[in-house]
Formats: sequence, C-alpha cells, structure tokens
Amino acid sequence: MTKRSRRILFIAALFGVASLATLLALTALKDSVAYFYTPSDLANASEAPAGLLRLGGLVAPGSVKFAPGDEAIVSFTIKDEIAATPVTFKGVLPDLFREGQGVIVQGRLGADGAVVASEVLAKHDENYMPKEVADALKKQGRWKEGETP
Amino acid sequence: MPMIYDLANPERFDRLARLTTPWMAGLAAASLAAGLYFALFASPADYQQGESVRIMYVHVPAAWMALMCYTAMAAASVTGFIWKHPLADVAAKSTAPIGAAFTFLALVTGSLWGKPMWGTWWAWDARLTSVLILFFMYVGYMALWSAIEDKTRAARIAAIACIAGFVNVPIIKFSVDWWNSLHQPASVLRAGGPAIHPDMLTPLLLMGLAYSFIFAALLLTSMRAEIAERRIARLELAERAPSEVAVS
Repeated sequence: MTKRSRRILFIAALFGVASLATLLALTALKDSVAYFYTPSDLANASEAPAGLLRLGGLVAPGSVKFAPGDEAIVSFTIKDEIAATPVTFKGVLPDLFREGQGVIVQGRLGADGAVVASEVLAKHDENYMPKEVADALKKQGRWKEGETP
Repeated sequence: MPMIYDLANPERFDRLARLTTPWMAGLAAASLAAGLYFALFASPADYQQGESVRIMYVHVPAAWMALMCYTAMAAASVTGFIWKHPLADVAAKSTAPIGAAFTFLALVTGSLWGKPMWGTWWAWDARLTSVLILFFMYVGYMALWSAIEDKTRAARIAAIACIAGFVNVPIIKFSVDWWNSLHQPASVLRAGGPAIHPDMLTPLLLMGLAYSFIFAALLLTSMRAEIAERRIARLELAERAPSEVAVS
C-alpha cells in the first residue's frame, strides 16, 4: 500500500466514523432534537408529558376566541391532520398569528388536556409570493390560507 | 490536466490571482448593486410577511455561502491531506474566516428576522442549533491553525478536524425535513421546484451571485497574502540557515 492510498483510506475511515458517531448521537437524541410535538404525538403518547412542552400545528379555523372584557386572554385549538389540542394564552400574539397559521406554543399540559401557553411563536412556511398573487390564487379558489398551494 | 498543474505552482497562481481579483471585485460590486436594488426597491412585499421579507435577500444567500464555504474547505482539506498539496492547504485555511463571516451574518440576520416573524430572537431548534455549531467549527478550525506552529503539521490536523466536521453540512441542509423545527423548509433547492415567486427569486439569486463574487475576491486576496507570508518565512529562514533550506 502506498502512502497516498493509506491517506485516502484514513480520510474515508475518519469520515465514516464521524458519520456513524453523529448518527448514533442523533438517534439517541431523537425526541429532544424535535423542537415541538404535534397534537397527534400528544394523543399517541403513552403518558402525558410533565413540565414544559412545545406543541406545534395549525390554528384551527373558527377556534380563536378572546376572553370577554380582556383582549389579552385568548383561547384557540391547535390541530394537525389527525388530532387537535385546545390552548389558552395570556399575552401578546405574534404578527403572523391567525386562523390557519402554523404556530408553536410553549406551556404546560393541564389536567383537562388543554395547554396553558406561556409563549406563542408563529411558524411561516416556505412559500413566498406577492400579495396580489396570493389574492388572485384565493379568488380563483385554487388555494386557501393554511394550505400548501 | 495541464491547467491544474499550472495553478499548482504558487508563483503562477499568484500571477493569475493578481489578474483576476479586480475582475471578481468589480463583478461583486456590480451584482451587489443590482441585487440590492431589486431586493430593496424593485421587488414586491410578501403576502404574509410584508416588507420584512426583504431580510431574506441578505439572510438566505449568507446561509448558502456558509455551507458552500465549508464544503469548499473540506474539498481543499481532502486534496491537501491526500496529495500533500500546499496550495490546497492555503485555500482551506483562507476559506475559514470568510465562511465564518458568512455564517455570522446568517445567524445575525436570521435573528433579526425571527423576532418580527416568529416572535423570538432565537430558538434551540435543529436548524438554528446546527448552524451555530457550524460557526463554532469555523472558529475551532482557525484556532487549530494558529495554535500549531509547524504549518505542515497544522495543515494535517486542521484538515482532519475539517473533514470530520463535514457531517454537519448535510445535517444543516436536511434538519428542517428530518425534525419538527421552527425554521421553515427549503424554498429554492427542493423537490418540485422553488416555492418562491419569480419576482422574489430574481433578487435572491442576484444576491447569491454577488456573495459568490465577494467570496472569490476575498479568497484570492487572502490566499495571495498567505502565500506571500510563507515566502517571507522561507526567506527569513534561508537568511538564518542557508544550508538547511538548500537541502529541502
């Protein structure tokens, strides 16, 4: 074996070992690498998560209700394709928050199965277009907010 | 491949780099001016994000360059390690600070964008965290070079670290697909074509082009400086011990 092919072998082995180590570490950390749970993750969980959790999904259309007399208290439902979780929150909502929008809330799961959120983050999707185009698509009935065009 | 052998000679490389650097700088200035004009004035606001979307034109190309620089650094490290090529070592070493600067720019602009859009400056989600690790890897790589006195040894050890760290690059790219993250998935390089309107894609690609020329101009300049520095070190050594150098 020449010196050069030994070096090639070393680099290949190095990269292989580094990849394997990373793969093992990420597999072990699988649950904590995910930034949030979805409502179906929560529904399928064998035991209710204690302590702070993050829950992400779409704000169910028609579910946003402000407390009478106090605009700062809001309740809504976060849903995915399968399950839905009710959420209550007191505070300022981000600009992008609206029905059909992807959001992530951080809070605690109450005994009634609702999440009392201490923080609401808005997720935005990978679609970028001018307002006129979005309006035209909506008018033609080809796309509804909260859906993928 | 006579072309590669020509470039392999540091003297020839220096001559060629001196010739091309002003062109790269000129193209960088022109495409940056055009890109910024389109990004800030001649492109529409987003239906969802409004005017804040303009941060994208600074942020996204910076993030692309952060990954591109590391990939280039890893390729140069492999070449330098296997074929013992000093110019490849110089290229890898010179890429690091530029890549670190682009990564830093991506992190800062991302944070400024995250506050109005997501409602937070920072989140420990997979994409943000892996890019922060990339920044630390650039810094660590530079620290290795400056910590080891002997350049040949420094090149070898830094190359090993760089190549091992390359696993982070695909992790960054696919982090938004593999895990639930706050950061949205890819808009341009994705299956099914870009999910971005042509009026917004044009300034984005122009800015990408501008950043690439900036990278080229900075890299050539920095490589020339490094080659000159090595030549000075060699000459100083020759003055001190002429017989030793003559042998090597």
